[in-house]
Amino acid sequence: MSKVIKIKRGLDIKLVGSAQKELTELPKSKFYAIKPSDFPGVTPKVITKVGEEVKAGTPLFYDKYNPEVMFTSPVSGKLSEIVRGERRRILEFVVETNDKDEYETFKQADPKGLSREEIKENILKSGAWAFIRQRPFAIIAKPSETPRDIFITSFDSAPLAANIDFVVKDDFDAFQTGVDALVKLTDGKVYLGIKAEELTTPFKNTKNVEITEFKGPHPAGNVGIQINKVKPVNKGEVVWTLSAADVIIIGRLFKTGKFDAKRIIALAGSEVKNPQYYQALLGAPIADFVKDNLKTTDGDIRIISGNVLTGEKVSEKDYLGFYENVITVIPEGNKPEFMGWAKLGRDKFSISRTFFSWLNPNKERVIDTKLHGGERAYIVTGEMEKVFPMDIFPMQLLKAIHIKDLDLMEELGIYEIAEEDFALCEVINTSKIEIQKNIREGFEFAIKELG
Amino acid sequence: MKGLLKYIEKIKPNFEKGGKHEKWGPIFESFETFLFVPGHTAPKKGAHIRDAMDTKRLMSIVVIALIPALLFGMWNVGYQHFMSIGKEMCFIKTFGYGFLKVLPIIIVSYVAGLGTEFIFVHIKQKEIEEGFLVSGMLIPLIIPVDTPLWMVAVATIFAVIIGKEVFGGTGMNIVNPALLARAFLFFAYPSKMSGDKVWIAGLSEGQNVVDGFSGATPLGQAVENGSKIVDGLGHQLSTFDYFMGWIPGSIGETSTLMILLGAILLLYTGVASWKIMLSAFTGGAIMGIILNIFATDTNLAMSIPFYDHLLLGGFAFGMVFMATDPVTAAQTEKGKWIYGFLAGFIAILVRVLNPAYPEGVMMAILLMNVMAPLIDHYVVRGNVKRRLKRIKVANN
Repeated sequence: MSKVIKIKRGLDIKLVGSAQKELTELPKSKFYAIKPSDFPGVTPKVITKVGEEVKAGTPLFYDKYNPEVMFTSPVSGKLSEIVRGERRRILEFVVETNDKDEYETFKQADPKGLSREEIKENILKSGAWAFIRQRPFAIIAKPSETPRDIFITSFDSAPLAANIDFVVKDDFDAFQTGVDALVKLTDGKVYLGIKAEELTTPFKNTKNVEITEFKGPHPAGNVGIQINKVKPVNKGEVVWTLSAADVIIIGRLFKTGKFDAKRIIALAGSEVKNPQYYQALLGAPIADFVKDNLKTTDGDIRIISGNVLTGEKVSEKDYLGFYENVITVIPEGNKPEFMGWAKLGRDKFSISRTFFSWLNPNKERVIDTKLHGGERAYIVTGEMEKVFPMDIFPMQLLKAIHIKDLDLMEELGIYEIAEEDFALCEVINTSKIEIQKNIREGFEFAIKELG
Repeated sequence: MKGLLKYIEKIKPNFEKGGKHEKWGPIFESFETFLFVPGHTAPKKGAHIRDAMDTKRLMSIVVIALIPALLFGMWNVGYQHFMSIGKEMCFIKTFGYGFLKVLPIIIVSYVAGLGTEFIFVHIKQKEIEEGFLVSGMLIPLIIPVDTPLWMVAVATIFAVIIGKEVFGGTGMNIVNPALLARAFLFFAYPSKMSGDKVWIAGLSEGQNVVDGFSGATPLGQAVENGSKIVDGLGHQLSTFDYFMGWIPGSIGETSTLMILLGAILLLYTGVASWKIMLSAFTGGAIMGIILNIFATDTNLAMSIPFYDHLLLGGFAFGMVFMATDPVTAAQTEKGKWIYGFLAGFIAILVRVLNPAYPEGVMMAILLMNVMAPLIDHYVVRGNVKRRLKRIKVANN
């Protein structure tokens, strides 16, 4: 029997519009894009020039600080544009597809028979390395290091998140192959977090891993929470983390020798006509998903690449984020509200009981993007602790980040966290502070100081 | 409301960057956001849905929780006054008298305090912080009714500037501004803040007062008479009277029943920490019991039953509304237990053993406000030590 861990502090926000378990395959689109901004800490160095032919798996750019880490094209065609923003920072590598489905060939072999170096090289060259991230700092893993352990989470507990059981359904073999490859990369163990009491989950049968079951509300599915409960990261240690959906792509690489970046993406949210799943390729345009499936087309909706807690606001002209497996569409809350702070608030979402909405907590709600107030200094205490299940003082750590005291950050546990672990704190924060952004800034500061 | 919104939209450009009243922008914004929760949306990246709770909501819940104590306080001001001149009045007249006495104090407190706040809004060029909505209501409730209005104004301004703004505003202050205002009055004008005359409206002037009437508060009497505590006319007071609150005292602090109503709202909405309240009352009760056990004839106040201590003076009011101020209280959950317990414990200790300060509650909370960061420090160090220990285990 695997160990069961109960997460007590957290919050499941119930939203209208979860994806029905129907799968539509999206036709190949004309353009796909990879966005360097999805990879914090990566400085892209261009490999392929605009206009050059690429296949699926052809490197487009690499990271200046970790040159072995390649970022490759998800499709065959030609690199049509490198979109730059302010100070010539690269925003997007846009690939225009052709009629052919050509793939670069990588090593096709059972990872059980390969050495650690061979496995690393194969993943690095294919572009799938970017799926492997590390704690501390939630950045792409450094190929030169050997992690203490590797952690995989097999479920996403965020509101309206994709059901990964559904995503992996037909690809479980690839998942197992991916796990077999990862096992070789660490001297420690590969830990797999699965949802407790989910009898049908295919992940129960995974081999070569240490399975831990997690019970309780979000953020139980966050890999950071799972690490903290199973074997926390200490100073000087590195662990690698992956989502089960991404392990599939690594598995396919070894099974087929191709960088086959097919993904199953959920489209969800109150403003979607038919919330459901789509099969698409990495970097697909948002428009492909939401076309003809939105309740309104005027500007008062927000399309989010990712979930409502951690995602990024996008427009139909943008492309799906690298790590995301859900697109969420919710209303914008951009209308002023007369004395809104003084209303009884039957329909307002709040974890405090200051609004009457606490009368029916299990109701699925339509929640818009209204901030409900201006930014203030931290005032209320104890609110973050209600939704933050790690043995860390959240507000004290945030204040340490705010004053840029590296020793204090270290003492209070900055190596164990990621932005997503603090997402609920940001949601419920009375002072409306941009907590996730502050955390990333803290990471950047720490990375710079530690050299 | 649409018309108002349109008008605001129309005049808004004047206050924005480059507008002709640009300097007054933050003040304009303060009023605008009070009237209309702005259509600001969550930023591009991060959490896209937010809790509807904000600081305005937070502070207004506390103000609502104070209303029962305020209304009762108004009635009690009238009741005590008419008792002192030997007249029986109907409820409306009693309340009306108190209303007219208390309202000016509230107005002065808000006008002086918010005026000061707006000056800082202008200096800092930042939207107003809502903290004073609560302080402005607390100050009138914790002072004697006969406090001259100019003193209320001076104390309020002092509290806003020295108690809050010098530290950077709401959220940065070390001690509770309302308590600081009271402490300021207590030490700057002791004759107006203590003694037997100040607690009852009109008593200081002494017109038409019934012969032999005494305006001494129960705590003032306790020092000399122990538990033989009487009302102004010499009738013995009981625990029930203390609980209901028809006794002399600061405007809002006398009725434990009304404070309890406020406490229920604060605890139910989760605005105030139940840990602090519970531990504060426990701490007070334990100190009271200790004093009861060691009661001597030299200090008769020690013989007051411990449960009466929790009802008398500003204890209930202070522990419910002031010790729970999240900014100045301990900020860790474990720290809140310690902080609350010591606040209650020390309040009763000071009150009984130092007769010069019958209002030990104010001293105790101010002291614990200052000590709270220290308590938190040790609680947080505990977490740090656990983390360090983990490394050692891992390395062995």
